[in-house]
Amino acid sequence: MTTAGVSPSSVTQASSALLRRRHHNSKRIKSVLFHTFVVAVLVVVLYPALWMLMSSLKPTADIVGNVSLWPKGASLDNFAKALHGIGGVSFWTFFRNSMILAVGSVVGIALSASVSAYAFARIQFAGRSVWFALMIGSLLLPIHVVIIPQYIIFNNIGLVNTFVPLLLGKFLAAEAFFVFLMVQFMRNLPRELDEAARIDGAGHVRIFTSIMLPLMKPALVTSAIFAFIWSWNDFLGPLLYLKDPSLYSLPIALRLFVDQTSTSDYGAQMAMAVLALIPVLLFFLVFQRYLVEGVATQGLKG
Amino acid sequence: MALTEKMTGSGVRSAAPAVAARRRRRAAETRAGYAFLTPWLLGFVLLTAGPMLASLYLSFTSYNLFASPKWVGLANFQLLLQDPRFVQSAKITATYVLLGTPIKLISALAVAILLNNSHRGKGLYRSAFYGPSLIGASVSIAIVWKAMFIDHGIVDQIGQFFGMSPGGWVGNPAMTMPMFILLTVWQFGAPMVIFLAGLKQVPLELYEAASVDGAGPIRKFLKITLPMLSPVLFFNLLLETIHAFQIFASAFIISGGTGGPAGSTLFYTLYLYIRGFQDFRMGYASAMAWVLVLVVGIITLLFFKSSKFWVHYSGETK
Repeated sequence: MTTAGVSPSSVTQASSALLRRRHHNSKRIKSVLFHTFVVAVLVVVLYPALWMLMSSLKPTADIVGNVSLWPKGASLDNFAKALHGIGGVSFWTFFRNSMILAVGSVVGIALSASVSAYAFARIQFAGRSVWFALMIGSLLLPIHVVIIPQYIIFNNIGLVNTFVPLLLGKFLAAEAFFVFLMVQFMRNLPRELDEAARIDGAGHVRIFTSIMLPLMKPALVTSAIFAFIWSWNDFLGPLLYLKDPSLYSLPIALRLFVDQTSTSDYGAQMAMAVLALIPVLLFFLVFQRYLVEGVATQGLKG
Repeated sequence: MALTEKMTGSGVRSAAPAVAARRRRRAAETRAGYAFLTPWLLGFVLLTAGPMLASLYLSFTSYNLFASPKWVGLANFQLLLQDPRFVQSAKITATYVLLGTPIKLISALAVAILLNNSHRGKGLYRSAFYGPSLIGASVSIAIVWKAMFIDHGIVDQIGQFFGMSPGGWVGNPAMTMPMFILLTVWQFGAPMVIFLAGLKQVPLELYEAASVDGAGPIRKFLKITLPMLSPVLFFNLLLETIHAFQIFASAFIISGGTGGPAGSTLFYTLYLYIRGFQDFRMGYASAMAWVLVLVVGIITLLFFKSSKFWVHYSGETK
């Protein structure tokens, strides 16, 4: 304390301001470091997707082995080739087929899972706990144990090479995950609502349609998004049941495309891969909140 | 429901009308319950339970889809053990599950911890890291992966920079497994989101109290974060393990449906598909499917049995 005459209080004031500034600075440095690091990791993680996107704009000779993302002389030639389709079937036919399957799945699952979930969540009936246990048990069941007999049945009744085998299960809530999700959601809705409606003389149909369904919108939206994306990306189902190229959905059309252009026309392959993902990417951009929340709260897989 | 109203309308004479009325109400509830349950019940019987039993039966037969099934007893299961391709597929699938799942979950946890702070932009990062989980199992990404890891592909270019020998991973039986593990690790976003949700539930007071007691970051992680996260870890581990057994589309696309080179991508479900739907050995494929169900069932059981030793539930957890 050589500086006599300076009051102790002003010293502490000055030093605390200094401390605060230093603290503020270190916080800012930490923040900059954090963002730099996360962005660096993010670039590495997203690189394959970016590479696909940018490669679709490059000429084929410039794709394999070119680490750079920037296309020299970008063009949409690859997309023109991809849209042309394969074996006389246009890309838009595949797109339409995929769309029919995905929209059909959404409608089927929204209807069947919500109705079935209402029974589990809100109706006291004999045998409920047994069925519920079976439903939970089927959540983790590998589908491979049912695909062979299913195929045999559909083959015997002549439904192979139609969309029926791919959509029937959706209308019968065979993907128990969605039933489970909706049961969980409904259980958290206040029971007073349907009890009040019951006293007013409403039956289950009324309670379900005019009370439950409107309240279940978040669960329905989450289910719809995942139902759409899962159907859109499904490979095994269409591979088993769709034989005629004019019925192909995009994933198996893509596989045919890759097999036929084995002279490695990577440009067109990349373009078609990008086109096949566009609806998924759009869903992701529009509904990312719903998607991520769905994963966080329900443990839904991507 | 018209049906329920009709039932309650028809009077039943009884000494104790209250009891009868309750019984009637209960019967009506049961009818309503089954009416609402119909879609799921039909689906369960026709598309899950029925086919499961049918495939159990088929696993004891020889069946090629054209002639009627012939009972062969346990022959399919005995053949499995002598089939080098089956042993190979079981081996590589086990390797994939045992290596891929832990690496994926450790990556998910590491990034979740990195993102679990008060910095801004967290939501955006979370969504961006989640992206690959949504598309990772698609045919599109399988094609991209193949193009990246092919001879003279970009992975070769990057590898050469670090002194690795070129030649591509796709055609090299020793390198296909790392390639598939990278593909599953790339999709760490979904378990990461679940970890983040779990981390949010850990009370900050615990860390503050530990700091007062002089605990360092590693001790805090081991004594607070891990135990508090254990239910979420359990969930992720179970789901990812079961999921990993069923890898199909990417293996099919990258190997062109063959499981090559040298059977190094002959994952279990791919071999099942080849046996069932290319060789039309439906009985054999059914036996494979039931072996998979049993393995997955035993693993699930072991997870649940072991959970009481390492999963800590505090208060209300689902």
